[in-house]
Amino acid sequence: MSENILEVSNLRKYFDISGGIIGRKRHTVKAVDGVDLTVAKGETVGLVGESGCGKTTVGRTILKLYEPTAGSIIFEGEDITKYSQRKMKPLRAQMQMIFQDPYSSLNPRHTVGDIVAASFAIHKVTPEGGVKKTVQGLLERVGLNPEHINRFPHEFSGGQRQRIGIARAIALRPKLIIADEPVSALDVSIQAQVVNLLDDLQSEFGLSYLIVAHDLSVVQHISDRVVVMYLGKVMEVARTEDLFKSPHHPYTKALLSAVPIPDPTIERSRERITLVGDLPSPANPPTGCVFNTRCWKAQDICRNSVPAQRTVGTSTVACHFPE
Amino acid sequence: MSHLLEVKNLSVAFPTEDGLVQATDDLSFHVDLGETLAIVGESGSGKSVSSMAIMGLHNPKSTQISGQVLISSLGHSTDVVTASSEEVRRLRGGTVSMIFQDPMSALHPYFTIGNQISEAWLLHNDGTKADARKKAIEMLDLVGISDASNRVDAYPHQFSGGMRQRVMIAMALVNHPKILIADEPTTALDVTVQAQILKLLKDMQHEFNMAVILITHDLGVVAEVADRVNVMYAGRLVEEGSVNEIYKNPVHPYTIGLLASVPRVDQAHGTRLKTIPGQPPSLISLPGGCAFEPRCEFAKFVPGNLCKTTRPQVEEKHTGHLARCHLSAAEIKAHQ
Repeated sequence: MSENILEVSNLRKYFDISGGIIGRKRHTVKAVDGVDLTVAKGETVGLVGESGCGKTTVGRTILKLYEPTAGSIIFEGEDITKYSQRKMKPLRAQMQMIFQDPYSSLNPRHTVGDIVAASFAIHKVTPEGGVKKTVQGLLERVGLNPEHINRFPHEFSGGQRQRIGIARAIALRPKLIIADEPVSALDVSIQAQVVNLLDDLQSEFGLSYLIVAHDLSVVQHISDRVVVMYLGKVMEVARTEDLFKSPHHPYTKALLSAVPIPDPTIERSRERITLVGDLPSPANPPTGCVFNTRCWKAQDICRNSVPAQRTVGTSTVACHFPE
Repeated sequence: MSHLLEVKNLSVAFPTEDGLVQATDDLSFHVDLGETLAIVGESGSGKSVSSMAIMGLHNPKSTQISGQVLISSLGHSTDVVTASSEEVRRLRGGTVSMIFQDPMSALHPYFTIGNQISEAWLLHNDGTKADARKKAIEMLDLVGISDASNRVDAYPHQFSGGMRQRVMIAMALVNHPKILIADEPTTALDVTVQAQILKLLKDMQHEFNMAVILITHDLGVVAEVADRVNVMYAGRLVEEGSVNEIYKNPVHPYTIGLLASVPRVDQAHGTRLKTIPGQPPSLISLPGGCAFEPRCEFAKFVPGNLCKTTRPQVEEKHTGHLARCHLSAAEIKAHQ
């Protein structure tokens, strides 16, 4: 096993919901409740789950955009859990983020050149060959016309804007990129272009990725390993081939069977597990295994005791009755 | 025999400061009772605009519409494009109904869901408010909302996304429409909830014997539920055929490219995705030839400059399988 660039253990992030005129604390939402994950150098890890499972909060907490409630975050051997924002700043050059929405993540009043060059100004770095040349090189690298350096974001399409966001993220040659739903706002034909671009940049710059996404087909395509989350907890961690071939957690199994396959013959002949009900509220999660309210295998033990992570084959599964 | 819905040479254009936006161009298709037609395409391909035209929802002051949208109901057919607003209102919500992508913004937050479903029923039926309420409870029960007699008085914010979409479906079906237009009905939902809603739509289609027009960009969803598929690009129909023909034997270069660029969970991990180079064109002053020509890998096989200069017409390439391309199915196959 190669060296880990990121090690997260027992990460928790609770949000207090207050209410009433005196702002009394009413309850706590356990958005992330004891998550362990690692990203090795040069690896792509996919973090998947449905809306409200806490996947975005994990990504943001790792970058210290949220203060973790408990747990530890170790980036390149350095424990950054308790770092102040000032102490984080030099590290931010090495860990960057790509956002979901290419419309709201770019300042509409700044030119593309300013947006990409901002990283250099903030970190007081002067790239070799000058800022303008470097920015143009970056734009060209992500597939944009370098002559468009003085244009504004509204002059670009969604796919092109996402490329601008990617150029900004790679400007300082980071080691780790956390991408939150990088392609979900894009059309299919454009999505494929951006996925391939992320792939190319990884091999060119030796990047490590943590890709947060809900689209399992995209995750399957780009990840080496996959972490499946449900209601703030990790359900299963496995190598991508193993996870998609033989999922061990009932939730993973149901999730995979719900993803439609673009082939009418396969799609209409396969067995589908339709989960009943909705995701329970993370403010009031079920006791025991959080999935027990929707699980067809649930028994008393699932309602009473939280399943520990166990190893099944090459996967790690949190289930009393793994498949 | 006339079709339940027949769209003939429909063109919808919006005049803007920058020029005329040709949202759909010479679009023709039909739907029959009991079948599911999927309209697929990327953003800006004209799929939602054409469904709005079927519902007669375009503002005549800001829209230029030509062509026909014929809806057969009770033995006579109405052309939505030329009909009076009174006639269109009778069809809308009665014979033709629609559900939208975002159930949060499609439901009114100030009124209970029972109130909103009752209103839809009272518009098309003679009856008391009590009858309407009973009908609302019956519909909520049918779409799988448990404890419907109590939940009928709940407000939209008290429901989750999937439950709201069920409420929307209940509202759309309360007058037993013949045609249901579902515009991206599961795009805002998680996959496990999407599976529930797609199943519900299928069940309801059998229950009410409706035609369903499913508008989506998700080729997986289409493969699961559609009988026939229309593929649209830049406001034009580029390919039409049965779901099996479209997926197994696509004859238009855009469809071929689109199918190849979708990542699939059943595909080997780590294979490189095929892409369609470039981007969809602007709908203002499209060039005279084929709209897909700048991105087409097959254009080089067409003699002369035909793709650039001449707009291909919709032709039958196999029985019941239409496409708008200068190349024949055999030529496409040979170069693939």
